[in-house]
Amino acid sequence: MRYSAFEILKQGLTGNRGWKPVWRDPVPKDEYDIVIIGGGGHGLSTAYYLAKEHGLRNIAVLEKGFIGGGNVGRNTTIVRANYFLPGNSEFYSHSLKMWEGLESDLNYNVMHSQRGLINLFHSDGQRDAFARRGNAMINQGDDAVLLDREGVRRHLPYLDFDNVRFPIYGGLLHPRGGTARHDAVAWGYARGADSRGVDLIQNCEVTGIDISGGRVTGVQTTRGAIRASKVGIVVAGRSGQVAAMAGMRLPIESHVLQAFVTEGLKPVIDHVVSFGMGHFYISQSDKGGLVFGGDLDFYASYAARGNLPMKEHVMEAAMTLMPVIGRARVLRSWGGIMDMTPDGSPIIDKTPVDGLYLDAGWCYGGFKAVPGSGFSFAHLIATDRHHAPAARFRLDRFRSGAGLMDEEGTGSQHNLH
Amino acid sequence: MRLPCPCCGDRDIREFTYRGAALARPGEGAGIDRWDDYLHLRDNPAGAVRDLWYHGGGCGAWLVVERDTVTHAVDGARLAAEGL
Ligand SMILES: Cc1cc2nc3c(=O)[nH]c(=O)nc-3n(C[C@H](O)[C@H](O)[C@H](O)COP(=O)(O)OP(=O)(O)OC[C@H]3O[C@@H](n4cnc5c(N)ncnc54)[C@H](O)[C@@H]3O)c2cc1C
Ligand SMILES: [Zn+2]
Repeated sequence: MRYSAFEILKQGLTGNRGWKPVWRDPVPKDEYDIVIIGGGGHGLSTAYYLAKEHGLRNIAVLEKGFIGGGNVGRNTTIVRANYFLPGNSEFYSHSLKMWEGLESDLNYNVMHSQRGLINLFHSDGQRDAFARRGNAMINQGDDAVLLDREGVRRHLPYLDFDNVRFPIYGGLLHPRGGTARHDAVAWGYARGADSRGVDLIQNCEVTGIDISGGRVTGVQTTRGAIRASKVGIVVAGRSGQVAAMAGMRLPIESHVLQAFVTEGLKPVIDHVVSFGMGHFYISQSDKGGLVFGGDLDFYASYAARGNLPMKEHVMEAAMTLMPVIGRARVLRSWGGIMDMTPDGSPIIDKTPVDGLYLDAGWCYGGFKAVPGSGFSFAHLIATDRHHAPAARFRLDRFRSGAGLMDEEGTGSQHNLH
Repeated sequence: MRLPCPCCGDRDIREFTYRGAALARPGEGAGIDRWDDYLHLRDNPAGAVRDLWYHGGGCGAWLVVERDTVTHAVDGARLAAEGL
């Protein structure tokens, strides 16, 4: 069914009895051409583009839980293209352009809202660094505007501009940055893939990867064995464990990242505001909740919840930046498992096993990458060639030291990003 | 989370800095694979781990902590100086 204003009217007038389930619930077949492990944002978009761009049909996505139950439904939904280093810069630029056409392509409202993102700075040195980043963004073809203090005040009058430790000197505005509805992105891609014949198989955990003579031949699952000549691993925080089924160790450590939402409030924050010095960022959802978060808890973890010290740190940063937030009440907090790489940048590559491909290491920034990653990973799986915007996301860059993308400049080492 | 420092007793996690998996540093002349292993590749288990924490807000010792990455339960800690 194609969604449209006319369809809503028609359904409304006929008691809303005509809406159908958005995707099928197929029984897994014994064999597929391509199996994608992981039904998160990246797995679903990969399957969608394999079908749409490469005309492939015999594809299954195997998800151990339910569609949208992983990080794709747990993130704080920020979509941006304000990277600095070659590799990241062209990839996120490509991904943002895809976001801009996503809703009409999927015929699905993902509530992509380019409300503008402002990164604050608090010293002359930081201003120079942000001017340089803004120039890099413009060079890449994206948009950036350097705001002075009064420029920031016009957009964000509710901030504390005269904080003693972090007075606000200005900000880098990325007008095309913004947010989207995370669940809708998963559902929209799921619907698009299903309608092109992809089998989305939920409650199906992959427990083994079959390899014979250096080639992948299929997977073992909780719903039986499935043969496939190509297999893609796209399991975010579980990457290390699934790769281990193929005898691989990855340059990945899984960490927990927390997020928070307040009760619904009237509109107060019109942008995405990032306060890097406090490891804090915030936006307001369309429902009215203030959605905010901070840094990793900074220890390896598979618990989808964090500890209290980071909660306290995030609340303190919030109060430092915008004391007005003290009147709001926190409704919920949660955590998700991040696949952290040493340099903080992702991996889209082949593996030493023929027919086995890896899309991983998205750290805490993989939501905005969902369209671009799926597109590039599908290209790699279908053609065995790297897609240009993602060509630098190589697995061997850590071993060789060539092509590292340490965006934060803290060093390419675990636990520094 | 509290970590049981052998010198200071049970202390709040805020007093510690995390380093990562407790791995033996390669010896002189180790090849690139050995260094890649040590610096980058991780077992990254969901379950029992042994990792290094620095008690900067206390005695200043490096500890090897045994804990569980799924439950966050901490089973014990000893001085890294006594060997990994
Ligand atoms: C609190 C938080 C805030 C974030 N904020 C942002 C943000 O503002 N902007 C941004 O760009 N990014 C953000 N991220 C990062 C982003 O959410 C992730 O990088 C991205 O969602 C990961 O890709 P995914 O959607 O495919 O992951 P997931 O949705 O986690 O998908 C992986 C799937 O694989 C499945 N799986 C695992 N093992 C198996 C198995 N053995 N067999 C079958 N299936 C398996 C899992 O069940 C899961 O559904 C945030 C993350 C968190 C936790
Ligand atoms: Zn101590």
